[in-house]
Formats: sequence, C-alpha cells, structure tokens
Amino acid sequence: MTTTTDSQTPVAVDPNLVTVTIDGIETAVPKGTLIIRAAEEIGIAIPRFCDHPLLKPVGACRQCLVDVAMPDREGNVRPMPKPQPSCAMEVSPGMVVHTQKTSAVAAKAQHGVMELLLINHPLDCPTCDKGGECPLQNQALSDGRATSRFTDVKRTFAKPLKISTQILLDRERCILCQRCTRFSKEIAGDQFIDLQKRGASQQIGRFDEDVLGFAPLGDATVGPAAEDESGRAFASYWSGNTVQICPVGALTSAAYRFRSRPFDLVSTEAVAEHDANGSAIRIDHRRGTVMRRLAGDDPVVNEEWISDKDRFAFHWQTAPDRLTHPLVRDRAEDGTRGELRTASWAEALEVAATALAAARDAGGVGVLPGGRLTIEDAYAYGKLARTALGTNDIDHRARPASAEEESFLGHAVAGHGIDVTFGDLEKAPAVLLVGFEPEEEGGIVFLRLRKGTQAGRTRVWSLAPFATRGLERLDGTLVPTAPGLESEVVDALATGTDEPSLAALREALGAQGALVLVGERLASVPGSLSAVLRLTAATGARLAWIPRRIGERAGVEMGTLPGLLPGGRPVSDAAARVDIAAAWDVTELPTAPGRDTDGILAALAARELRGVVVGGVELGDLTDPVAARAALEAADVVVSLEVRASEVTDLADVVLPVAPPAEKSGSYLNWEGRVRAFRQALESHALPDHRVLDELARHLGTDLGARDGNVLRKEIDQLGAWDGERVAAPATEAVAPAAVAPGTAVLASWHLQLDAGRGQDGEPFLAGTARKAVARLSAATAEAAGVADGGVLRVSTGAGRIELPAVVTDMPDHVVWLPTNSPGSAVRAALGVLPGAVVQITAGTVTTTEEA
Amino acid sequence: MTSLTPILTRSWGDETPWKLESYEKAGGYEGLKKALGQSQADLVQLVKDSGLRGRGGAGFPTGMKWGFLPAPDGGPRYLVVNADESEPGTCKDIPLMMADPHLLVEGVAITSYAIGSHHAFIYIRGEVVHVYRRLLKAVADAYAAGHLGKNIHGSGFDLDVTVHAGAGAYICGEETALLDSLEGRRGQPRLKPPFPAVAGLYARPTVVNNVESIASVPAIVRGGADWFTSMGTERSTGHGIFSLSGHVTRPGQYEAPLGITLRELLEMAGGIREGHELKFWTPGGSSTPIFTAEHLDVPLDYESVGAAGSMLGTRALQIFDETTSVVRAVSRWTDFYAHESCGKCTPCREGTYWLKQILHRLEHGKGEAGDIEKLVDICDNILGRAFCALGDGATSSITSAVQLFREEFEAGMTQPASELFPPERSALFDYTPRRSAGAAAGAVHA
Repeated sequence: MTTTTDSQTPVAVDPNLVTVTIDGIETAVPKGTLIIRAAEEIGIAIPRFCDHPLLKPVGACRQCLVDVAMPDREGNVRPMPKPQPSCAMEVSPGMVVHTQKTSAVAAKAQHGVMELLLINHPLDCPTCDKGGECPLQNQALSDGRATSRFTDVKRTFAKPLKISTQILLDRERCILCQRCTRFSKEIAGDQFIDLQKRGASQQIGRFDEDVLGFAPLGDATVGPAAEDESGRAFASYWSGNTVQICPVGALTSAAYRFRSRPFDLVSTEAVAEHDANGSAIRIDHRRGTVMRRLAGDDPVVNEEWISDKDRFAFHWQTAPDRLTHPLVRDRAEDGTRGELRTASWAEALEVAATALAAARDAGGVGVLPGGRLTIEDAYAYGKLARTALGTNDIDHRARPASAEEESFLGHAVAGHGIDVTFGDLEKAPAVLLVGFEPEEEGGIVFLRLRKGTQAGRTRVWSLAPFATRGLERLDGTLVPTAPGLESEVVDALATGTDEPSLAALREALGAQGALVLVGERLASVPGSLSAVLRLTAATGARLAWIPRRIGERAGVEMGTLPGLLPGGRPVSDAAARVDIAAAWDVTELPTAPGRDTDGILAALAARELRGVVVGGVELGDLTDPVAARAALEAADVVVSLEVRASEVTDLADVVLPVAPPAEKSGSYLNWEGRVRAFRQALESHALPDHRVLDELARHLGTDLGARDGNVLRKEIDQLGAWDGERVAAPATEAVAPAAVAPGTAVLASWHLQLDAGRGQDGEPFLAGTARKAVARLSAATAEAAGVADGGVLRVSTGAGRIELPAVVTDMPDHVVWLPTNSPGSAVRAALGVLPGAVVQITAGTVTTTEEA
Repeated sequence: MTSLTPILTRSWGDETPWKLESYEKAGGYEGLKKALGQSQADLVQLVKDSGLRGRGGAGFPTGMKWGFLPAPDGGPRYLVVNADESEPGTCKDIPLMMADPHLLVEGVAITSYAIGSHHAFIYIRGEVVHVYRRLLKAVADAYAAGHLGKNIHGSGFDLDVTVHAGAGAYICGEETALLDSLEGRRGQPRLKPPFPAVAGLYARPTVVNNVESIASVPAIVRGGADWFTSMGTERSTGHGIFSLSGHVTRPGQYEAPLGITLRELLEMAGGIREGHELKFWTPGGSSTPIFTAEHLDVPLDYESVGAAGSMLGTRALQIFDETTSVVRAVSRWTDFYAHESCGKCTPCREGTYWLKQILHRLEHGKGEAGDIEKLVDICDNILGRAFCALGDGATSSITSAVQLFREEFEAGMTQPASELFPPERSALFDYTPRRSAGAAAGAVHA
C-alpha cells in the first residue's frame, strides 16, 4: 500500500492515497492513516503506550507527540503551535511531520512524558513479570532520560488487586493508557474494569454496577473474583488479552506470575487447539516446559486476540496422567481383562496388530478417531480404516451426531474449501445463528461478530431459548426457540411467513453477504440441518458450519466420516473410490456402508464388530456414555491412541501414547477450511498419531505411507479436488416435539466455554473464571416446579439427576437449560439424554451443586 | 475614563430580580419575541456582526461557532450551556444565574431558535445548589408562561430545557468533558476531531456556550449589533463582567466594556486595601499568567492582554498586595490543579502531582538545588503537551511567577513563606493558624 519515493519524483496520484513527508521522507499512504502508522510504514518508530492498532485512538499517554506542519489555504506549510499525538491524528495532503528524530521539540516532549510516566512507577523491573519485554522499560531505555530528577514521594497502592482468580492488578505500575479498559469495552464487551477516581489518584479498578456491565447472577464465576457491592463477580472469557496488551506489568496472570523471565524463554509460533478457530498463538517455553501461551498475530483469523482457554489451558498436555509408554493388557483365559503393564513399542504394536487382525476377520473393527486431530492424523486414520482394516466404520464425531448431519457435511461442507471466512463475519449485514452460541462454542468467532456489530455493519439474530450475555453483547435479536423447534422456525423462515419479526429476518438474510451460522448441536435436532439448507437456498444467504472442536473440519475433509473419502468424495460413488484407491495404490476400497459413532458402539455391543481403534475420545462426550462403556467392554480388542489416561484407557487392551500438540508438528484445519500449520514447540520422544498409525498398519501388513507428516501432506495435496457428484442434501423430516406433562420440561443445553473439559485440567486460576453452573427456566416454569429464583432445582431422568441453583430467565415456558459439561452438570453422563428430551423438574433438596 | 455598563448586572440590585414578573416588567422576553419573528440565518448573522466572543475564557467568536453547525439533517441538534463555573477567582456566571436566571433562559431560547435546537441543556456546577434550584424554578416558570415548551408564543417553535447539575469536577468545564458527563459518562475530554459542532452531545451537532455569552444574546437582539459594537474595542466588542477579588477595598462584579484597564476598575472598587500596594494579579483567573503593577494600564481585551503575555480568560481579577507570598499563592493554585486534573493524560496527571510536591517544599523553605529550573522545565513539559487546556493552565501561574518573582522562589530554598510573608498580614479577616496535624482531637483541617 505504501510507496516510498525519491522526493524529487512526483508520486503517482491515487485519489485514495495521501502524500506526506515524515522526517524528510515523502510517502503516500491511504486516506485516514494515522501519522504513527504512516511513520511505521517507512521504518520510523515513534514511542507509544496507549496506541494499539486494533483499538480506537485515545491520545491519553502523550508519548507519541510529534511536530506537525500542514499547508494552509494558500499552500504555505505552517507548523502547528503544539506537538500533536501521532496516534490520534490522521495524515492530510502535504502534511510535514517531524518525529523525535528530526525535531528537538518532539524529542523534548517525548523525554518529558517518559520522565513523568516514571515518577510514580515503582521501577521494580527486576521482580516484574513484564521486565525484559516491557514497552515502558524498552522505551525508557531507548527514548528516556538516563536519570530521574524525581526526588519526591511516589504514589502507592495496595497490591496486587485480584480482579479475578486469574487477573491481578498492580496499580502502582499502571500508566493509565486504558488499553485494558478499551479492550474490555470495544472488543470483548466485558467491562469488568474501568477508570475510577481522578488526577494522580486515577486508577483502573472495579466500579459501580450501574456504570459497568456486570455479569448477572447467572454468569457468576466459579472462583473468587472482584465483586461489586451487590456481590456479583466479573466474568470474562477474554481477560487474558488485557495482560498481553498491557504495556507495563500492571496486569499479570496468576498462572504465569513470577514463573520465568522473558529472556529465558524460547518462543515457537503455534496454533491453539481448544476450539475450531485454530487461533495463532505463541508458545513460550523454557527447558522443555511450556511456561505460557500468548496470542499470535494473524489478521485473517484471530487478529491479536485469543480466548482465555486458548491462552491458559495448556497444562493438560503435561498432566500427571500423561501416557509415556505403550501399555498392554493381558487377558485371562476366559477373556476377562487383567492389569495394564508397560510394554515396548514393538510388543505393543505386535499385540495390537494381531488382535485387530483377528477382530477384523471375526466381524470387523471400527475406528473412532475423535474430533481433535490434525489433517495428517485424520488422513492417516481414514486410510488405516479403509485399507488395513478394510472398513468404512469410522466416525470422528465423538458427540451426538446423525446421518442427516453426515449428509449435510458431505453436501454443504466437505470439499468446499475456504468459503465463509472470519473477514466475512465482520462484514456480513445479517447473521443468523442456529444451534450456535458464538461466545460459548465459537471462541474468536464471537469477537469477529462483535467487531461487525460494534461497527454498525452487522445485525445478529439467534434461534435459541434465551438471550445469553454473549448475544446481548452482540446487540443480537433473539428468536425465542424451544429446543427441538429449530427445524420448524427455520422452515418458516425458508418458506416465508407473515409473522413480522421473522419476515424482517428473512428479508435481512436476502442481503448480499448475509450468513447463516450453524453449530454442531443441530445434529441432534432432526430435520434442522435439512431446513437450514432450504433456508440458504431460498434466501441466498451463505452458510457456515462452526463445530466446537479443532479436528472436526479436518475429519470431514480427510475422510473420517463413514460415507466420505478425502476431499468430500462419496464412498457410494464408484468413481470416487477408484480415485482414492489409485492414489493409495490399493485395488479397491470397501463398499459396504459404514457405521457412524453410535452405530459402531451399538455393533460392538452386539458383537457385530469385534474390535475398535479409539483416538482422543472422552466417553462422557458421547450420546450415551454408559452404553459406550458397555460397548468397549464387549469388544475383543480396544486399541487406544491417547495423550493422557482416560476412561478408554481403563478398557483398552493396548494403549499407544501419542504426542500432545506442543510436541508435534502438523496442520489443523479450522472451521473456515483454512490450513493452520504449526511447528513442534518442544523436543519430545512422543509420536504423532499418524506415525503410530503408520507403524500399526505396517504390523497389519499395510504401508500407510504416513510416517512423515510432510510426505503425508504432499499425498493429500496430490489428491486434488473432487469434481464429481457431492453427497445429496439431506431431507430429513422434523420430529414433532414431545408432549410436556406437568412436572416436566424440555431440556436445552450447550457447552460453556470454560467447563469440566479435560483440556482445562490443571488450571485452577482459569477454572475460577468459568461461569457457575446454573439451571435456567422461565418464571412460570419455576413456579410450577415449586422453585424460587436462586433455589435448587432438580432435573432428573430415569438415568439420574442434576441439582443446580435455578436462575429465572426470560425464556419459553416448559424449557429448562443446563450447561452440558460443567462441574455438577454432566448432562449426558448424569441424565443420559440430549437436548430436546423431556426431563422431570422439581425443587431440589441439597444446597450444594456437587451432585451428578 | 470608561464607565460601567450594567447590562447583564442591571437588575442585580433590584428587589427579587430573579422572579419572572420582575424580569418581564423590565422588558424581559421581549428579545425572544423579537427573535422569533426573524429568520434563523438573520439571528446568526446578527450575533456574528455583533462580534460577541465566548465569555467562558477562550474568546472564540460565538456567531462563528453557531455557523459551524452542519445543515439540518432532520435529526436533533443541541444547545448546551456551560454553567460549570469553577475557575479559581471566577465568579460571574454563578451570581448572574442567582440574580437574573431568566436572562439566561431567554438567551437559551433565542439561541436555540437561531441554531434550530429543540432541546437545550444547562450544565450547572453541582456545588451551587441554591443557584441550581433558582434556575430550575426559573425554567419551570418560563414553561408556565409559554416562553419555553411547545409552540412558543405562537411561533411554532418548540423548545425543552433541561437543567443538569454536575458532580463537582473542574474538568467538566472543558466542553467535551462536559458533554461526556452530561451523557452520564466519566467526565474526561474527548479526542477532537470530531468537534462538538459535528458530533457533540449524543454524537449530534451541538453548540456549547458559556452562560455569559448566552445571557448577552437577548440584549444584542433588542439593541442590535451596532449597539453592541459601540462598546469595547474593535476586535473585543461589547461588555463583560469583571470579577475583582482579593486585596481590593470593594471586591465584586463590575460590568464594563472590554478594554477597560485594571487601573480604572480599581478606582471603581476603591483601590487596593488601605495602606497596601498592588503586588501581582491575574487577568483571567488562575489559569492565566500573572501580571504586576506594570500592567495596570493594559486594556482588558483579548488582543491587548494576549500581547502583554497573558490571557483575558474569564476576567477573574484576583488582586494580591505586597503582603502576599507569590510562592504560597502559586502553591495553592497548583494544589487545585493537582486535585482537579482528570487523570486522562500523562503530563497533566503526573506533572501536577510533581509540581505540587516541589512547590510545597519551596513554600516550606525546604527547596533543593535545581528546584526552580526543574519547576520551569516540568511546566515546559506540560504546556502544550497535555490533552486539554487544564494542563496548560496549571503551568501559567508558575512560569509567570518564576519570571517575575524568581527571588521569592530562591528564598524558598531556606526560608518558609510563612516567615517571609506572615499569613496573618495578608488575611482580610482574623487569622486562625491551623493546628498542626494530630495536635488536637477533632482538628478539622488535617
């Protein structure tokens, strides 16, 4: 965009470019560029603190003052009487700027501000987390005075203040640049801190509930957090970003506080594994231990922000239950399982291969790779299943799934490449969310949507039982929808309706760039995905499927669904099978229709299948965890590829340890379909899944060619796109909602971003910022159940019960919402049902939430 | 010899001048009726022709400010009256609203009509509860009499007036901080552009004017631009209230044409208090560089005061005689700025904090070598570097006092100001020494 020219040559006149001179260098920059950015473009660094490229200018710290002269009406360049903040002033044609490098006035102004910033600063760099990577420290050295003239009394504060279990505030170090408060207000919409008091007493802090957007009771955090006088706690999933953008050490995280010095750290660029975005991160490690993770800078994906989960939840990779050696379980004569014992790789692979071959020949082997795989790993699983194991019984969906969803994915997602992008989210005029809570399930998707809504470009509608705090911060419009009725509402939108609010929504979806975002939860609402396809066809809105897990899209594209080969090639299509068989150098691929996750488990239980290869799967995530356990128990052989011991380990005959993300290289595929390659951060003996699978296949007599990730990637690239027929669109009928008898309600549920997931293990500070598990229901439903707001509600089925504090919420009657997998609320394990099911609700008896 | 021109202050000595009937009896609201019969453009032109300049301190031409509003787009536009008078020494808007609130209300109505605003706000300093109440009553009475509200005097023009009390922050006199405060936010100045004329209150075109400016409008409408320009100087036209305080025989508000001198004003005020002589004075409140007896004949208009090295500001003439320690006076002012700095920008927030400590040292005779140079240099690092004019104002008295009375600052290295200038000598009333901290239980001043 920027051109630098010899000052003699006239600059090409582009109406969108403005020509300015900075320190004698003429440059042309786009209209509206701030002086500080224009200077950056030509390599002139102006010191700054409050300036941040993703936040609105504030001009508060005054560190970036420069001398500015502008042409008057006659064209004479006249200097402005005072130095101007280059972070807040846009360039104008013919402007002449002198920075500290060429103007004594600017240099003096900057020195003066720097000295003033330091007078009340504790200068405790040797004990400060930020020391060594601190913009204040760095710029004080590069642009400040060598000594201070301040001999007076410094302002002191009690410190640190605990804003939450994770975020700590040292007000003495704070230079009041307002980056944190601006982030909280402009980006996250969680105004959990703000300025208070004035003058030298001004400080960042908590404030009155009427001024700030406090989390209401239902969004209270698990752990202690700063509270307002009414006792409500601050909750934000994005608070870690304030620590990273703090230009001093005022905000620190409890997890990293006093852990290491920046200059001892080795940084590796990486990709976060906790949601389907594949956010760019930086892993900072020291002597083989990850000390912290920071947001990377990737303008097309996460910009410079990441969720607290992506930032803080990494101890799971090195948890004490980490599997380090292959394990083998010997079985007694009668087939009962003995204890697991450590084995060599050679033995474990041999045992696994022998048992799998026997199981394959006795009925078949299913493959459950799990939803967190890289492209390479997913591809290797698919190839293993369809070659060495000779089956289409493979499904990476370790969650409620359906045949309708598989058709939907094969029809509308697989092989579509990058379609809807993050950039589209913030530009879309209208966005409809169906079965998708962007903040809880979409991570960075939420911030991008909010960017669009904050800029006034985007309007958001959500089909959900109630307006979450996330939807409120998107200024979103709720289309109140009881669970199970999504198909009906979507179809009403698709076919047209007289209902005025829906008609307006339908019209909005007809606008150029309108989007429909659907979540993985719709898989358990029969007919909803079929209806969504009818809606997008009818309105022209574009469609994006945003699952929760990082490996979901890779699985869809790499062929770990029963009916899909790599590239979205339908298994049922002979040409597609020939295509892949040729690429894999096998004579033919299995043709029998494959089973999905529930089908594989049922077949194991029925002993139609005799063995199973399981990747990273938590039984509690499956539709029916109890049945899943029984299915694995029934199998002749369970081979588990896992990072950490899990419930599957307890049932496995062979356990093959695999590398966590930090210890391998690979490529995730995010929900957009964007390849997110990452390098290995830590040296490790642990092997990636594809390499273990390659060995396993070798022992089964097949060469997967999956030993080397790069070779594998090349093979994947060479497959090329599939130009044949896609899977046909699903046309599943909606199911009439179940009747709600007195004392019962329809269950609504989704995962909270921070919950009881094992990926967050070992992070008590992070867990303290999770939202407390509560049950939500309408006032009328609560009254009918005999529960007061704040009282304990018991939700039960034949399988079990959950007791949580009830929060009366504005939502449809006869609906109760529970978090899917929060402490005290493991819905699938405790109740054995999915959203849309009818559950009993009554007043609870216990006062704690430690039930389930 | 210039004589007083009581126009704004005309009724102050009358019986109950704040009552609507008193105001109407003296021809009140005639200007409004006249204005409603004119075109809006003519009114703006009239005020432009009158040369009226903002009476809040900066002296920006009022008519030109009105003219900056973009063409009506059908959306709301606002008039906001800055009645947050807080500058040390300034005491003109508060007594004006106390004595003659309807003059302001009439000015608000005329100005709103001229700029096409249907909702005007008066942001009044929160501490002056009695004035706030009187203004509320005046507005209520004006509504009842049909001077405000729907279809004013059958003209078809509607106007609502809201009187809003601030919470007591000097910064809220800065127009953009005032707008933020009025919107219910934290009162801190906004980044400009956009200027209030384009995006002010609730991001709509807004005119922010001082009380005295607005109160001058009815008389201009009645008397015409020529009448107004017959007073004052060529570029500083009209009349204004000069507030004399301190060591003068008769302190108070003297309304006179701009361009009058302090010498003339002192004569009207009975001179410096008996037996004393002028040492230094502020021409426009504590934010303007101080003057001495040398400047007695400087015409008090925008240009002349500026040429003499200070600013006309709010015409708050604080008079100090030879018994006063300039170090002590400057130190008190600096305490004020340190207390009132909003904290948004570094130079003002940190600079005033530092200046205050140095001045306290000098005041107590505990100055350190280099303190004076440090003071001046810190001022240089604040002046023109701060976000708004508050920081600039904080330095004016210091730099000018060091220039004019450097020896007193040097004396502060060894001698407390209270020894050099015993406070009881400059006090106009019996001096009660403060008890030292902790000396007695129940001490009010710590």
